[in-house]
Amino acid sequence: MPDYRVLPAGDTALVVEFGEQIDRQLSTWVLALARRLEESRLNGVIEIVPTIRSLIVHYEPLALSAATLTARIVELMRGLHSEEGLARHWHLPACYDARIAPDLHDVAARAGITPAQVVERHSGLTYHVYMLGFLPGMAYLGDVPDELAFPRMATPRLKVPAGSLAIATTLTCVYPVDTPAGWHLIGRSPVPFFERHPTVKTLLNPGDKVTFVPVSLREYDDLMAQAAAGTLRIEPVEEFVREEPPAEPKQRPFGAAA
Amino acid sequence: MTGVLRVLSPGLLTTVQDLGRPGYQSLGIPVGGALDPVSLRAANALVGNTPDIGALEIAYVGPTLAVDADEVRLSFAGAEALIEILPDEAASAGYRISTMRSVLLHRGEVVRIGSLTGGAVLYVGVEGGLAVEPVLGSVSTYLRGGIGGWQGRALTEGDQLPLRLDTVSERQEWQLEGFDLTPPQRFRTIVGPQSDHFSEATIETFFNSEYTIGTGADRMGMRLLGPLLEHSRGFNITSDGIAPGSIQVPGNGLPIVLLADRQTVGGYTKIATVISADLPALSRLPIGNKLRFAPVKIEEAEAARRKFVADVESLPSRIVPIGRYAGDLAGDLTPRLLDCNLIGGVIDASVGA
Repeated sequence: MPDYRVLPAGDTALVVEFGEQIDRQLSTWVLALARRLEESRLNGVIEIVPTIRSLIVHYEPLALSAATLTARIVELMRGLHSEEGLARHWHLPACYDARIAPDLHDVAARAGITPAQVVERHSGLTYHVYMLGFLPGMAYLGDVPDELAFPRMATPRLKVPAGSLAIATTLTCVYPVDTPAGWHLIGRSPVPFFERHPTVKTLLNPGDKVTFVPVSLREYDDLMAQAAAGTLRIEPVEEFVREEPPAEPKQRPFGAAA
Repeated sequence: MTGVLRVLSPGLLTTVQDLGRPGYQSLGIPVGGALDPVSLRAANALVGNTPDIGALEIAYVGPTLAVDADEVRLSFAGAEALIEILPDEAASAGYRISTMRSVLLHRGEVVRIGSLTGGAVLYVGVEGGLAVEPVLGSVSTYLRGGIGGWQGRALTEGDQLPLRLDTVSERQEWQLEGFDLTPPQRFRTIVGPQSDHFSEATIETFFNSEYTIGTGADRMGMRLLGPLLEHSRGFNITSDGIAPGSIQVPGNGLPIVLLADRQTVGGYTKIATVISADLPALSRLPIGNKLRFAPVKIEEAEAARRKFVADVESLPSRIVPIGRYAGDLAGDLTPRLLDCNLIGGVIDASVGA
């Protein structure tokens, strides 16, 4: 059983904190507890929101006191083990053409490698979706290779287009909508991570796996046209996933300057 | 064909809001909903709606709406405002009505709502509600995501808001009695979850200081001006969940209380969380108001919530018919006649008020 703390977040939410850093093993625990809590369908629990290293449980205190909920969490934690199971694995097209990847050359220069090597390393991994947050459908995936891990830029951009792929310290994130953004942009995916029409939906879920598949600018444009026409179909494959903890936990707090 | 409310002027930020859309935060979709769910419930009760029906939330300056329907019944609850009913669009003057009541309007009439006083938000309840499609179970407008409510955005001039009902129930108008919106002297909070990122002295400063609501306040959060809160272990943390009423302290040391449209997760330390019983009162405070915080234990917060929920649930029982004919409901006046008489009575009452 991992170390954890149960912290109050007011009288309608509790935080179960497994650690303070980005660490794949912590995320495995977070998602395992989230699943167990979902399955136990506690009366009074409103929703369970996993983050990179903690879980927040929103609840109605008149149906479930903080003391009862805490006791239930302690009980679930006792029986919790790191789980292996089926996960959705997405292969998502990503265009790393510098014409739509404004920071690709900068990242390459800072890493001391060529832009082609940045693409090779960024797309050569299966990422784990740590969490969604900040914006609807905005996914935080990890971990990126160490040489590509860069902090925020000094000056954020006022608007980046939906689909932008960014380096966010040891994570890589996808921007689901046009938004101001402060991370280095190294590519763009034509996949709609957040759709408003005909129904509102998001693509990724916490715990999903993602591999980016490099496409040319021309292919990107074609896929964008399909996405606009509503004919772009991207389906995940169900795969048996065994969680491998990283050799060394990353100690850098998310968002902190390197 | 059902009627519409036509927007002659939209006000500063008028949106459709209900009790929010819980259940999708793990996908990054905030709960949202009314900043002040208590006043929203009051507005709904005044037009005979269930509490979960969407209403118009007005921030600071109200809209002017024309009735393109046979009739519509509206209600007003929350901040005070000058509310005028004009006979038509060309009219420059009409009669004034108070908040915390319902009113029946007819085709061609115009309701003009001025600047709010004593609060940041006012709710306009609509009998039967607006005919807008729920998104993920709610008609709340989430502005940053562009979803919900009226086309995912705030009202603009020329919008035509479709009504669910073309004719409304025949009854007299109602008002709400004993609806107290006085803010508490100190807003109660539970310390944490990142109180260990602050020294004891800093936490003491937070609870002993008066803060002023800064101009950056919006539906996401309320920026407070006052003594700076120093971090003992840096202000960035690995992203963590956010509760309603979380008080986060970014690098500049000035706290931000996170409100209805708060992001689902965030990477700043949170010193304390406003308790659920006090959050609606805090959310309705306007820019420039001063406030203080107090720490309480979870048991006290739970007791406060029991009282709060009982108060909110008693709202419908505090609704009474308006005017001197209140006792004549069972009499032989037809409801229609009653309405006419009541409107007369209301004019007298509000002019004196």
